[in-house]
Amino acid sequence: MNSQQNRNSSVPVAIRLKDVHHRYPKSQVTLSIPHWEVQTGDKVFLHGPSGTGKTTLLNLLAGVLQPESGEIALLDQPFSSLPTRKRDKFRAKHIGVVFQQFNLVPHLSVLKNIRLAAYFADNKASVDSKAAAMINALRLPPEVLNQSAGSLSVGQQQRVAIARALINEPEILLVDEPTSALDTDARDAFMNMLTALCETQNTTLIFVSHDKSLEKYLSSSVSLSALCTLREAE
Amino acid sequence: MLLSFAVSSLKSRAKSVVLTFLSLLISISVLLSVEHVRMQAESSFSRTVSDVDLIVGAPSGQLNLMLYSIFRMGSPTNNISYESVEMLKAHSQVEWVIPISLGDSHHGFRVLGTSQDYFEHYKYGDKQPLAFASGQPFSGVFGAVIGADVAKKLGYQVGDKIVIAHGTGMVSFTNHDQSPFTITGILAATGTPVDKTVHVSLEGIEAMHLSPSRLKPIVANPDDTSNPLIQPDDVTAVMLGLKSKFATFTLQRELNNYQDDRLMAILPGVAMAELWKMMGTVENLLRIISVLVLVSSLFGLSTMLLASMQQREKEIAVLRILGAGGGTIFMLLLTEALLIAIAASVVSTSLLTVLFSVSKGWLASEYGLFMSANFFSVHNAIVIGAVLAATIVTTLLPAIDAYRKAIHSRL
Repeated sequence: MNSQQNRNSSVPVAIRLKDVHHRYPKSQVTLSIPHWEVQTGDKVFLHGPSGTGKTTLLNLLAGVLQPESGEIALLDQPFSSLPTRKRDKFRAKHIGVVFQQFNLVPHLSVLKNIRLAAYFADNKASVDSKAAAMINALRLPPEVLNQSAGSLSVGQQQRVAIARALINEPEILLVDEPTSALDTDARDAFMNMLTALCETQNTTLIFVSHDKSLEKYLSSSVSLSALCTLREAE
Repeated sequence: MLLSFAVSSLKSRAKSVVLTFLSLLISISVLLSVEHVRMQAESSFSRTVSDVDLIVGAPSGQLNLMLYSIFRMGSPTNNISYESVEMLKAHSQVEWVIPISLGDSHHGFRVLGTSQDYFEHYKYGDKQPLAFASGQPFSGVFGAVIGADVAKKLGYQVGDKIVIAHGTGMVSFTNHDQSPFTITGILAATGTPVDKTVHVSLEGIEAMHLSPSRLKPIVANPDDTSNPLIQPDDVTAVMLGLKSKFATFTLQRELNNYQDDRLMAILPGVAMAELWKMMGTVENLLRIISVLVLVSSLFGLSTMLLASMQQREKEIAVLRILGAGGGTIFMLLLTEALLIAIAASVVSTSLLTVLFSVSKGWLASEYGLFMSANFFSVHNAIVIGAVLAATIVTTLLPAIDAYRKAIHSRL
């Protein structure tokens, strides 16, 4: 019902949700999304106050949660109906995720964190030089590669998280309030770098935030309340 | 990748990991040493005497007879008359006879009166005869042959004169001062109680119990063993070698029903088995205790992993989002636990090898325990295998917990 502005059918659909219902465990609340489509290459700003199902939607898109009914298709392939193991593999290969915080394994070096992402995606190519290039593009000093992730500042960690999320060149990037721990300057730099990298890789970006001022960095904007409804079952 | 991740993750929790490792190290070491001592004691036990078909002594219990005649432990209850020894020597089924006479000591080492036949027929281990490190069997009345430990501990050489005390205590008030013995030979080490024995002739035993005035002519003429004063009247026990093993039971029955003297004949193998069965209770108790210690350590390991799950929720969420399935998280926990257990097993095995190599001599001289320091045996491999299997079992709980949490974790 709330579809994107780009209706050109020749552009493949990156994300398609149809009659998706998800019931929260141990409660009667159901999240429903009748219909939603995101075209490949779109950069969608998904906004809404907390408690409106943002995180649940991201969990559904990442395949960590499975909807009770309905269908989620990613890259024109059925996704939510896949068995758990296949969904995990699909996520590793095609979806990158950046959270608010704690994106990295603190006791591993930055390079090892990035290698880990390649490992789970069966990405056999040498990622080291690519990682170095991305770290450079994200304006981080090259020596951070060998520092343990836990020793970096939050801003640096968030930038490493982008590199990690994009190392396998995923078609879809899910980002959840990535700038909430950053100050304004760092936030602007972060948003610019994020969108620039997505542009070069033609990645479909779903950017979730309650901060409306970030809307300008993205190509389209969707309100969560328009997209989905939360209903208490009888 | 999983392995290096597990190593890195363990390193980041070094303190609790080290404590868990130490607790496992101690319990695995206890388990391995108990098993090792048990196995070694058993083999050291059964190699004490070999090729002796029957031991004949005064009726008591077969364990008692066994203990004092072979292991030089405890005191003989009664003697058997020398006529019985003569009877046995003349018996058609008997090939050889070793009479033994106990009751005296030298600096805490037991003195055993016997005949030349002892050096010829006594065997230990896998039918190994006694060998001389130096010297030769005694001849005459006052010759003595000492075991390897006696020589080593007291620093004796062939030709030294020694004095034998009455009784078997370490300190004795009645020394047979007038009858000094001369060491004629030192036996090579056998790893049996023979090493801790001073062997003298039966005549020598008789002579040193004579009054000084009667002893004098014998000391003056030590090569003459025919003096009627020093002919043995009785001996403590007799070891027999038979011409045919098939006659063992017949002869045993015959001796047990012998009319002229009260005799009891035992089969060393049977007595040994009974003795070992008795030790078995203690041994099982030790085993149970060490297994309990191990189980408690494994629960410690499990607890450590469970507790760490709290602080690792985020780490696991990261892995999940990178595409790691619940199975991977499960394997990760299992790998971590196994790494700790394997490290503990390896260190424990090496530690015990070093420990036993160092204390080997001391154990042998102080306690008569002849331990090998080789811990790399099939049996120990099985024990360690069992420990690792138990580790996997106790880790299942935290691993399943991690798996569930991983599956239900949110971004």
